[in-house]
Formats: sequence, structure tokens, C-alpha cells
Amino acid sequence: MTEIIGRARRLGDDINTDYIISSARKKTTLDEQILKQYLLESLDPAFASSVRAGDVLVAGKNLGCGSAMEVAATVILAAGIRAVLATSFARSFYRNAINNGLLPIECDTTEILEGDGLMITAGPDGTSITNERTGRCEIRPPLGGIAGAILDAGGLVAYLRREGRFVPLGRT
Amino acid sequence: MAFRAARTQLYRMPPQTIAEKILSAKCGRLAHAGDVVVCDVDLVLGTDASAPMAIGYFERMGGPGARVHDPSRVAFALDHYTPQSESESTAKFHAQVRAFAREQGVRVFEVGEGISHQIIVERGIVRPGQLIVGADSHTVTCGALNAFATGVGSSDLAAAMLTGQLWLRVPETMRVTLRGDRPAGVAAKDIALAIVAMLGGDGAEYHAIEFVGPAADSFSRDDRLVLSNLMVEAGAKAAIWEVAGGVFADAGARCVRELVVGIDRLTPRVALPHAPKNVVAIADAVGTPVQMVFLGTCTGGRASDLRDARAILERGGGRIADGVTLVVTPVSSDVARQLEADGTLPALARMGAVITAPGCGACCGTSGVIPDDGMTVLSTANRNFKARMGNASAPIYLASPAACAAAALSGAIADPRTVRAGP
Ligand code: SF4
Repeated sequence: MTEIIGRARRLGDDINTDYIISSARKKTTLDEQILKQYLLESLDPAFASSVRAGDVLVAGKNLGCGSAMEVAATVILAAGIRAVLATSFARSFYRNAINNGLLPIECDTTEILEGDGLMITAGPDGTSITNERTGRCEIRPPLGGIAGAILDAGGLVAYLRREGRFVPLGRT
Repeated sequence: MAFRAARTQLYRMPPQTIAEKILSAKCGRLAHAGDVVVCDVDLVLGTDASAPMAIGYFERMGGPGARVHDPSRVAFALDHYTPQSESESTAKFHAQVRAFAREQGVRVFEVGEGISHQIIVERGIVRPGQLIVGADSHTVTCGALNAFATGVGSSDLAAAMLTGQLWLRVPETMRVTLRGDRPAGVAAKDIALAIVAMLGGDGAEYHAIEFVGPAADSFSRDDRLVLSNLMVEAGAKAAIWEVAGGVFADAGARCVRELVVGIDRLTPRVALPHAPKNVVAIADAVGTPVQMVFLGTCTGGRASDLRDARAILERGGGRIADGVTLVVTPVSSDVARQLEADGTLPALARMGAVITAPGCGACCGTSGVIPDDGMTVLSTANRNFKARMGNASAPIYLASPAACAAAALSGAIADPRTVRAGP
């Protein structure tokens, strides 16, 4: 069971991975502790310094489009953000999030505003997202399948260390 | 009885798309859209931008002494940091990739050889029906040769190196039907941008695209590579063409959407800042002043692209407008050799173009020429996100090589069809 209580940090649609962390920054180092000071700098240079541990990124549709670069997921984690909410995700970013234990939640984000208090509970029965301001609670089904197993293991490294290979689960 | 049962099953086998057929073959069972399968991967491709992180994951996943499952199915290309820049880190990344590759018996395409997915196409490494997994979103480019080729992050790349396999959800398929004769002066890039605009930035998310239709056969290999390449800007997981001897879709295979593109009515296109889907007819952008023109990348740096550009430049008098920097980066060393031999690169150099080493070049701000503050860029690339080329104050427009050449002549966005021979 994962519980996150934090502040919504509101982003728009089509936030690409270059906006999350620029390719040009990534060439200087892969150390997330350094890169995290440039999180989302192309959109708002002051964003990184305003992030508090427990913050939750909340986006519209197509979060993480563009480059498949994995630092986009690991830099978010390094900044202390453990969950990302979006109406929809780009495929490679979604996989990268799961593989690193960053919780990606696909849900209706239209009513969530910057600074809203969010309570997120993720467990075997699914994920609930409660907005303290509106009182609205949305329940999402558990991920299931191999993706769910990887997330449950805490990421792809832990999953493969345990299983040694991808274990087919059949239809989802 | 058993025989009859098997026959009946075979007879009732539902028709399959190309993606379903390829992934069925690679996972060893009949699979359809929505199934989650574990597939054997034919080729695992990393770059200097993704492999260093993948090596880290690999070592943590496999523990000390871990070996690559099948080194003959893995390759790395040193293409994004080409040449290595002032920062020591890129040289360190290169050294790390080379050392790991030597230790594991994996092939490395060196600095200057070209862009990863282009090299594997040129060298005949990509074959129809293969499953190719690359830690680079534009790996979809290889769909032009009938491969299911898709981009992943570094951790999935590491897993594929370690196990030889990757889990995938079999995607639904969207069919893009190409109809009509292509008008003169309309490039593959224009058609690709038009399709991205029709689909939107996420219109093909989680989907495979199949390119079909009466006009499909008229597309050269280079044209197909451009179309497959750009489809990831609409989110496509794969963008596959039928090729002779390759995997074909069954009649009646399930497609969730069909997009019919009448290419006979298309005109040149331009993508406005800051997204590839912000596409307009070039007429709506004509006159926008530009100070940097970039001919290159895995979308627009092939031999046919640079020849198109040269033809327009020469037709217009061969003089680059004052205040415009023309940067030319061939997609690979093979392409550079061809263009050296046919006089294209020397001709561009005589006009004053800055010609850089084959690779990604200025595409994503990791090497090559970074635009200055406030410069407007017109580029043959596939992405124009804010700051993509390393400077947030330099807006980027995308267009065909011919349109880029026309802009280099006049210093402003111009319709290449209007470039006339000088007096
Ligand atoms: S040329 Fe640009 S889009 Fe293509 S692989 Fe290189 S960085 Fe990526």
C-alpha cells in the first residue's frame, strides 16, 4: 500500500520529456541530484526550486511525449515527486515511470488546480485519488499484468532480480 | 480428431494486422490487439544518449558478471554527442559505452558513422518482420522496412539486453491510406507533417500505423523512412509499411481507424513553434524571417533530402541570404560519401554552408550549432519543442528540405515552388 499526501503541481497538455528535462542538460551529467535543479526549466525556470517533497505532478493529456529518455522519469523522482497524474500518458514515459517506481495514474485531471491537496492511496484493489478542495474521490483499477507486477516490485531492476526474466501473464 | 480440431482452429484464425503477425511470431503464440506478450527481440539498439544509463540498469539487474543475452543482437551508435563537445561528460559516456561493448562483444557504430536507426537501415541489418527495440523514440523509422520497430527507455533496453526479450502490449492498428499522385514540389516531409496534424500529438498513442493504399508503392525507401519517423510525433508505437517479401496484413484485419490522405491535393507544409502538430500550409508562414536553416537529422538529412535542397539553392542562384547561417549535417557517413561523390556537399560548402560531422548534430542541442538568442530557425528535423535545439529563446519551424533551401536563399520562409531560375 502506497500513501501520498501532497500538493498538486499543475501542468498542461502535451508536456514532452524535453520540457521535463532538456536533452542539452542531460549531456552534462546523468546525476539526478544535479539534474533535478533544471526540472521543467523550459516552461518555468523557477519551478524546480519551488518543488517540495510529496508534490504530485498533474498534467492534461499526452504527458511525457517526445523523446523516450528515461531521465525524465528519474529526475521527477529525484525531486521528491512520487506520483504523476495525467488524463493520458505517452507510452515510453509511462513505461519508464513504472520501471523506476514512479506511480503514473491515468485519471480525469480537469478539476485539479495548482496547489490542491491530494491524497493518493495505491494498493492491490486499485488507486484512489482524493482532492481535498473539491472532496472528489476517483478510484482507478489496479494496473495488473506485467506492468502491475513491475510496479509492485518497486521497478524493473527489482522485478528482474527476482524473476530473472519477464514472466508472461496472458491477457489483461 | 486432433488433426480436424487443429484444422478447424486454423480455419477460424482471425485475420491479423502486420503488428499482430510480427508480435505473434516473436512471442510464439497467436496474439491480437490488447494481449500482453513477452517477445524475443531481433535487435536491441542503444545510443550514446541512452546506453550509458542502460548500462547502469543492466549492471543492477544482472548483478556482477552479467552477460548480454545475445551480443550479435545488440548494437550501440555514438550519434547524439557527435562530435563530443567541450563538456567532459560526453567523452566519458562514449568511453563507457565502448568499454561495455568491448567487454560484452557488442558492436559500436562510432562517432561520425551516423544516426542509429539510419545506420541499421543502410547496412541491411533491418529485415522485414523483425522486432527492433531502440532506446530512441525515432526507432519507429525502421517500420519503413516492414519491421515492428519501437522506442523504449534505458531500463527496457537493459532488460532486452539481459534477457533477449521485452514485454509489449499488442497495439491496435490504424490504417493510413495514401491516394493520388504526389504533386511536384511536395515532399515526403510535407505529407508526414500533414498526417501528424490530422492525427494530433497523441492521435496514434499506443497504436501501430500501417501505411497502405494505391499511392504507397510510389514512395521511395527514403520517403517511407520520413513518414515512419514522423509518426512518433503523433505517438505511434510503430509505423509499418508492407514491402515485397515481408509481412502483409490479412484481408479483414481489425483496424480501429482509417485515415485517407489524398496526397494529390497537398501543398508544402510548415510546423510552427512549439509542436510538430502545429502545421499550416506554407502560404500561412511565408515571409517569416529566419536566421538559421538546418538541413539534417534522421528526418531530413538523407541523400535525397540534401539533393533536393541543393537543387532549389542552385535554381535560386546559389547565394545564401545575408544574416542566414545554413547548417548541413548528413545523416550518416555513407550518405556523406555519396554526397561528396556527386558534388552536393562541395556545392553546399561553396555556397557557404557549415557542414558538420554525420550524426544528430544541432537537432536536440547536444552537439553542433546552437542557435543564438532570438534567432528563428527553419529545420528539416522532426521536433520543434521550445529549447529543443538548446536555446529557449530561438523558435523553431519545421519544413521540407526544399522549403528550408528556399528560406536560406531569401532569409524568410518561402514556398520552394516559387523559386525561379535567376536572370
Ligand atoms: S536526429 Fe534528432 S530526432 Fe533523430 S535520433 Fe538524433 S536527436 Fe533524435
